[in-house]
Amino acid sequence: MSYNSITDRSWFQRKRAIIDTIARTTIGMGGISVIFAIVLIFFYLLWVVAPIFKSPEVTPIGEFNAPVMLAEAETKYIAIEESGQLGLRIASSGEILFFNLETGVDTSRNSIDLAEYSSISHVVEMNSEGTMLALGLDNGRVKFIGIEYRVNFVDGKREIIPSIAFPFGEEALELNYISNIHRLQATFVDGERLVLAALDTSGQLLLQSYEVEKGDDIADVAEESVTEVGMDAEYLLLDPLADWVYLANSDGQIIYYNISDIESIEQIAQQVLVKPERRVSHLRLSLGGISLLATDDTGNTVQWSLQRDDKNQYQLAEVRNFQASAAIDYLLTERRRKGLVGISTEGNILLYHTTAERQLLEEKILDRKPVLAAVAPRADMLLVKTEDEKYRSFKIDNPHPELSWQALWGKIVYEGYTEPKYIWQSSSADDDFEPKFSLAPLAFGTLKAAFYAMMIAMPLAIMGAIYTAYFMAPRMRGWVKPSIEIMEALPTVILGFLAGLWFAPIVEDNLLAILSLLFVFPAGLLLFAWGWSLAPKYVRRLVPEGWQALLLMPVVIALVWMSFVVAPLFEAVLFGGDIKAWMLRELGIGYDQRNSLVVGIAMGLAVIPTIFSITEDAIFSVPRQLTTGSLALGATPWQTLMRVVLLTASPGIFSAVMIGLGRAVGETMIVLMATGNTPVMDMSIFEGMRTLSANIAVELPESEVDSSHYRILFLAALVLFIVTFFFNTAAEVVRQRLRKRYGSM
Amino acid sequence: MSLEKKPAVESHFKSWWKSGAPWIWLNAGAVSISVVVVFGLLALIASRGMSHFWPSDIQQMQYQTAAGEIRIIGEQIEHENIAANQFTEIGLGAAPEGVEYVKRWLIKTGNRDILPADFRWIDDHHIKQIKTPEDLIVVERVEWGDFYGYLKSVSELGKQSSTGETAWSDLEQRLQRVLDLRDEQKLLEKSEIGAINYQLERLRLKRRGHELDGTDSKENLAEIAAEEKALDDQYQALRSRLESLLTAIARDSAQFEVMDGSIVEVPLKHMVSVLKPNGMNVFEKLGYYFINFKNFMIDDPREANTEGGVFPAIFGTVMMVLLMSILVTPLGVVAAVYLREYARQGAMIRIIRIAVNNLAGVPSIVYGVFGLGFFVYFLGHNLDRLFFPEAMPAPTFGTPGLMWASITLALLTLPVVIVSTEEGLARIPSSFREGSLALGATKFETLWKVVLPMSSPAIMTGLILAVARAAGEVAPLMLVGVVKLAPELPVDGNVPFVHLERKFMHLGFHIYDVGFQSPNVEAARPLVYATAFLLVLVIVLLNLSAIMLRNRLREKYKALDS
Repeated sequence: MSYNSITDRSWFQRKRAIIDTIARTTIGMGGISVIFAIVLIFFYLLWVVAPIFKSPEVTPIGEFNAPVMLAEAETKYIAIEESGQLGLRIASSGEILFFNLETGVDTSRNSIDLAEYSSISHVVEMNSEGTMLALGLDNGRVKFIGIEYRVNFVDGKREIIPSIAFPFGEEALELNYISNIHRLQATFVDGERLVLAALDTSGQLLLQSYEVEKGDDIADVAEESVTEVGMDAEYLLLDPLADWVYLANSDGQIIYYNISDIESIEQIAQQVLVKPERRVSHLRLSLGGISLLATDDTGNTVQWSLQRDDKNQYQLAEVRNFQASAAIDYLLTERRRKGLVGISTEGNILLYHTTAERQLLEEKILDRKPVLAAVAPRADMLLVKTEDEKYRSFKIDNPHPELSWQALWGKIVYEGYTEPKYIWQSSSADDDFEPKFSLAPLAFGTLKAAFYAMMIAMPLAIMGAIYTAYFMAPRMRGWVKPSIEIMEALPTVILGFLAGLWFAPIVEDNLLAILSLLFVFPAGLLLFAWGWSLAPKYVRRLVPEGWQALLLMPVVIALVWMSFVVAPLFEAVLFGGDIKAWMLRELGIGYDQRNSLVVGIAMGLAVIPTIFSITEDAIFSVPRQLTTGSLALGATPWQTLMRVVLLTASPGIFSAVMIGLGRAVGETMIVLMATGNTPVMDMSIFEGMRTLSANIAVELPESEVDSSHYRILFLAALVLFIVTFFFNTAAEVVRQRLRKRYGSM
Repeated sequence: MSLEKKPAVESHFKSWWKSGAPWIWLNAGAVSISVVVVFGLLALIASRGMSHFWPSDIQQMQYQTAAGEIRIIGEQIEHENIAANQFTEIGLGAAPEGVEYVKRWLIKTGNRDILPADFRWIDDHHIKQIKTPEDLIVVERVEWGDFYGYLKSVSELGKQSSTGETAWSDLEQRLQRVLDLRDEQKLLEKSEIGAINYQLERLRLKRRGHELDGTDSKENLAEIAAEEKALDDQYQALRSRLESLLTAIARDSAQFEVMDGSIVEVPLKHMVSVLKPNGMNVFEKLGYYFINFKNFMIDDPREANTEGGVFPAIFGTVMMVLLMSILVTPLGVVAAVYLREYARQGAMIRIIRIAVNNLAGVPSIVYGVFGLGFFVYFLGHNLDRLFFPEAMPAPTFGTPGLMWASITLALLTLPVVIVSTEEGLARIPSSFREGSLALGATKFETLWKVVLPMSSPAIMTGLILAVARAAGEVAPLMLVGVVKLAPELPVDGNVPFVHLERKFMHLGFHIYDVGFQSPNVEAARPLVYATAFLLVLVIVLLNLSAIMLRNRLREKYKALDS
């Protein structure tokens, strides 16, 4: 190319200018992108975590008159199908209607054959999903039906086809011994045992069990009993596993029986559930049937849980309570979570979560009194029948009720526990399992691991850095510094593997030797140093100033060897040959093979290079004129170090410790491999822990996207991010100040 | 004389103590401890890792038990000493008279399929006699681990073909034949049948794509059906070839006498190698050592990763690191150039520096969480919806994989490259830039032609450090793409050859998985050490080269400055 003509030249110049501008913008953007990256990480984590703190919303989606029935009949039961498209209504005439929840238009009508002149008086659910129902008839018989939904795709549209099934045959079951059905409960346990509890108006409680599987006709009674209850009971409750029966009247008096063996049932106690002068407005079992929820006419809902007292007697104990502004007419339990949905006399909806001890919402949604209510299996829909015979459906957006500040960081009384505890136990096979999402034990574990690691790393790294930067001969420093820094590059998975599989068994077998090193090292090194100072001059000349560290290396090895040889002798004399057994016997201290000591040492090794390197740099860059001035004034090297050098370098050392701490807090592989990963809260150095980071690594791959568990793991990551952000920013700010100060010297 | 000496020593001690010398020595001790630990660790990994490949001798022991004397054949792995009283306490039997410690041996007896366990502890004082017979044979098998025994005979199709002296050479020959056939089988299964399966899957997706686009006309569908038919025919042909290969492989077997005297038949199709370690001299063993090492590097893992090689893990690590390097280098260099050459010193620069330091300090697991949430679930899921709707609901990029792992690690190693490049840029004397600018070059030309070439060693240093970091990082990879066993490599002969969406294996994760998740940790331990050694070797070498490169660079510009 030639640039002879003026236009060519100017074109060339312009091109250069354009390229220059483009480069400037691109590079500028490249620089900003680093900030963008860090901001993106933070905000993405926050974005995933944020829905935890969102308060729930209830929006009305439909209001309609009751679907028309063939005959004039009272509605006995309403429910919502899984996907929230269909509502279900059972009338006393035996008619079963499925209808659209937005419009109220019925999509399917079914009718079950009742015996002549009888009608349905009770409808009770036999499982937590509500797919199996027991219908109590006014002629004293009981009929069992199943509600089944099939999903069909027609032209790419989901269509739900409901049907009625008869799990135990179409024949109604005749109840003997009692004249009528006042209250009815039934449950189907483990797919093989049907248990019925029925109370008649005269106070006779009938219990029956049948060995029957789904699809079979009901055969003979397996066990049965009739008990006279001395109470005019309003409520009859039966837990899903058929171990307990509760009877209560509206004054809140409750009697309960252990019915594990139906033939010989056992009355446990009699208590009062509500405060004097108050009446029970609703009573029901929580999901899983482990506790009772009683709400009184002032709107106070109390959760009662069966606990063993000091004398090993079962007793209902108050666990927690929620206060609403008015009496709650309808209290529903969510089918898959420990949440409660209440509807008060004034038409307010109340959302509670028992584990989280949290009232999520109280909001007016109705202007009439509710008569019947149902909540969808996923707890995202609510259907209410009001006294004006109208139906109203609502959408509930309440994805994470189980998370609250209290649930994440506080002590909670979990079901089956007698006192509040910090527990992390995120998943189980059961549907009615109560997830225990306390981050406290994990945060504690993280801090514990970091603490022990810093206890090991700080003295070694800082003292080592002082010597290397200030006393060590330059030639030796030339190879010592890189070799310690190499360790920073050593993958932590290897440190963790060695700690877990090689070091932990060694520590277990030689516990006393390892512990004794704490004293043997300083004492032995000082003793050697004193001996060395007494040595004749020609011997001391062999090792010039600044090479002491090299001289001490064989000493260190010898000391370790000595400890391992001598410690068993001491152990045999002082601790009967086994210090672990002795500790357990005399001090009550247990011992885990993979414990904090092992983690502390392994993670200490991982942190040493970080702290060492930055501290060494800080001390090394202390201006020469300061030290030479001090020495010239007659201070010894040690005095100069303590009074001048360390003082000047202290911000640098601080930032080294901060960065080291940040690393220890976030380290994953070492703790994952060198501890048992049990989330215990115990400061003992001989017990393990579970850290936030290891917990994420273990649980996140299996966590369902956007579930509460998933978001909590993201919250754990966010906590780690913020903590390390704090440490690192503090370190960097201090370092920048330091640089400025030295710059002026 | 002796009376005077004592106070002298005392005062000497006082002045020594006051001089601060003890503290200096203590500080020196801290350095010594750290250095001893570093080299101790490296030596431990090296010795344990390298000994894995050495063919150890196999012992035959006469061993006294309560039931009588038995014969034990196995390899002595390690020993421990237990205090005599403890020995009795834990119920191991009476300790011999007059000893303080009882020595016990861990013996690898192999033969996992016929013995209750392949490792056992035995008491040293009950061993009556130890021999290392030369004709004791170690068989490495495809499954059930090693097999120890005496070769009795070799048979073909159930008929004995050789016994006694000639059996060994016969076995070696026949095994070679089986190994050749097995290579052929692997080739057939992996590349040819694998390719057909891959194409069939593509056709399925194509059909689904047509359905989704509404272009599922008769012609299109017929075309796909014809292709499928052709592939299926090919497959049937290959299938019958494979079957004949399998029968040929299953032809031979060998009979061995094991430690309890019974005869056990081992089909040759289960064998990987046969060896008489006791009869080998040092050089033969050394030769075998290198063969073992080579196999470790190029073989696929066997038996839930506890045996065989680590080739897929090496391959996966290298692929991931390569992709990451391609991503991180331009980004890191551009950011560093901005910080050093373009940005005006001020608040902005301070904030960016804080951001860089924070990026370096954020725990790696947080990158993993971010990578999983943002890259995999958010970006990946949307990519799938836009470009791979035919594969739905099976995710293509909406699941952890090689690409996301590389991007995540590129983000993680970005600060390493930035810091190192910046240092290189800072070391270039400003006279060079001024000279270039004075000659009329633009800023970008100065950068491109003068500054960057001069700082290339620094960029290399940063890249090497980044690679070393990425090769050793495990925690984030567990979330964004590493698996314990990947059925296919991310690169193969099927178009488009590089499959970024696939999951991959990684050396570091391999260590975690085999060391902690495998059912037989004891048997897997040597392999874990060997893998750890390999990983440490690579990382230490990378780091050393980075340090050397950096030192050379520093020297060079020191000379320029003066």
